[in-house]
Amino acid sequence: MKRTISICLLAAGAALVAIGCSKGQPASVLAKAVTVCLECIGIG
Amino acid sequence: MDNKKRTVIQALAALIQNADFRGFFHPGVSQAATKQVCVPGLNCYSCPSAVGACPIGSLQNSLSSWSFKFPYYIVGLLIFFGVLLGRAVCGFLCPFGFIQDLLHKIPFFKKIKNFRADRYLRFIKYAVLIIFVIVLPLCVKLTPFFCKYICPSGTLAGILLAFSDTGLFRLFGSMFMWKACVLGIIVLASVLIYRPFCKYLCPLGALYALFNKIALVQMKTDETKCTSCKACFRACDMCVDPSVNPNSAECIRCGKCISACPENAIKYCFVSKKSKVISDK
Repeated sequence: MKRTISICLLAAGAALVAIGCSKGQPASVLAKAVTVCLECIGIG
Repeated sequence: MDNKKRTVIQALAALIQNADFRGFFHPGVSQAATKQVCVPGLNCYSCPSAVGACPIGSLQNSLSSWSFKFPYYIVGLLIFFGVLLGRAVCGFLCPFGFIQDLLHKIPFFKKIKNFRADRYLRFIKYAVLIIFVIVLPLCVKLTPFFCKYICPSGTLAGILLAFSDTGLFRLFGSMFMWKACVLGIIVLASVLIYRPFCKYLCPLGALYALFNKIALVQMKTDETKCTSCKACFRACDMCVDPSVNPNSAECIRCGKCISACPENAIKYCFVSKKSKVISDK
């Protein structure tokens, strides 16, 4: 039972990643990650 | 798991996640295309050498965006890492966890292993996850509350960035002073207490803790060999008792209990189909 839940959740996670990729979400993650996050470093 | 082997894995993981050393010699952060992938641990993407994106920072950024869209990609990656490894991410892959491990190796006349409020303080990290990472960024746009007010990894990134871009020093004001105090308290506490940030504040640890019981990487205590001598409990710096609950939400899978067990009753295993084999007494 435990293993079934784990595998289903793993598949759900992979499916969400695939949906996100199809919507171009990695690009928005990249856009934020390549600029200095002023809030993160304590300026913003 | 030999503790030295784990230290080597942690160092390698930290190096791989911070492999763009050019950032230390030029102002600004790494422009690597790999930053579209979130790393499993807490590693600020504003660290000059970071080659991946911080999952908590990315999640808050997405939730606090004016054009809110459900962050399938980030949520999917967090579920994937959580189910695959659970809190083994904290024990082996998180660079900030590694820093705390190193700080705890600094000798001090009295290390604090457990205290009365410890079990209650551990719930704070779940509140941080819900309030600072999810609710507040959803309600107040363009403000990643956890990154802005708490995240010590970001403060460390800011200090490193300021060495390559000295102009940043002039911009450090009261907010930076607040964050520097938070970082300072965590650094000092890490010398005395094992991984205080992971135990009490880390929202990523809280998230992975939810998956620990069903993660593919599990701990197993053989009830036929266990004599309940509690050597494992005494060895555990996270104050988990593997003879009672080998897959506790607080277990970071460091493996110290495996080395400590005189009967070799504890071992790593993959999540089993038969629930009786994995003993959660």
